[in-house]
Amino acid sequence: MLVRVQQEEFDPASLLRGFGPGAGAVVTFTGVVRGDTGRMRALELEHYPGMTERAMSAIAGQAQQRWNLIDVAAVHRFGRLEVGAQIMMVATAARHRAEAFAAAEFLMDYLKSRAPFWKREIGADGPGDWVEAKSSDEDALSRWD
Amino acid sequence: MTLDVLYFAWLRERIGAPKERVETAAATVRELVAELVALDDNHAAALSDLSAVRVAVDQELADLDHSLDGVREVAFFPPMTGG
Repeated sequence: MLVRVQQEEFDPASLLRGFGPGAGAVVTFTGVVRGDTGRMRALELEHYPGMTERAMSAIAGQAQQRWNLIDVAAVHRFGRLEVGAQIMMVATAARHRAEAFAAAEFLMDYLKSRAPFWKREIGADGPGDWVEAKSSDEDALSRWD
Repeated sequence: MTLDVLYFAWLRERIGAPKERVETAAATVRELVAELVALDDNHAAALSDLSAVRVAVDQELADLDHSLDGVREVAFFPPMTGG
């Protein structure tokens, strides 16, 4: 299991080198700062050092218990991230793709609502609004009950 | 009992500090909130709508009725927006 919380950029290719030996399927998802709100230049991500690592490890551990994964990885950045920058990545390795896809979706759903990160929009004039959690993100968790 | 109380995102801004050390006799998170709200207007404003506030006790998500017995750190923050 690989869990990382960092400010600096990450390189998916190097993280995936040797990932999930013997796997028949590796699914990766990379979240990127979306540029669709016009004025927005960047996101500022705040997090809770200590709890973030614990929460991400717990979520990755739950995925491993639930599916027969050969390996799992979750990397999440914090700090100022410009439009187009990578925010986070999850990767799952399994013998077959159904498990790898399902586990990656589970990780995404849980990281969104249960890992202690908070996003704020940064516009041309400086810091703007905190991004509000969507009820649909909370609802997405219920499908895993 | 001495507790570290942490605030994140807009709660941190409304309180005006990321962290404070409080001396408390509160038995639960809910009792701690009542003590904090009585401190000043900033605390009262930040903690006025608890439906918009999430709590972690020693870095694990918890509810307002969670015991503070043996606890060292309590954090208050808005719903998380990771991913």
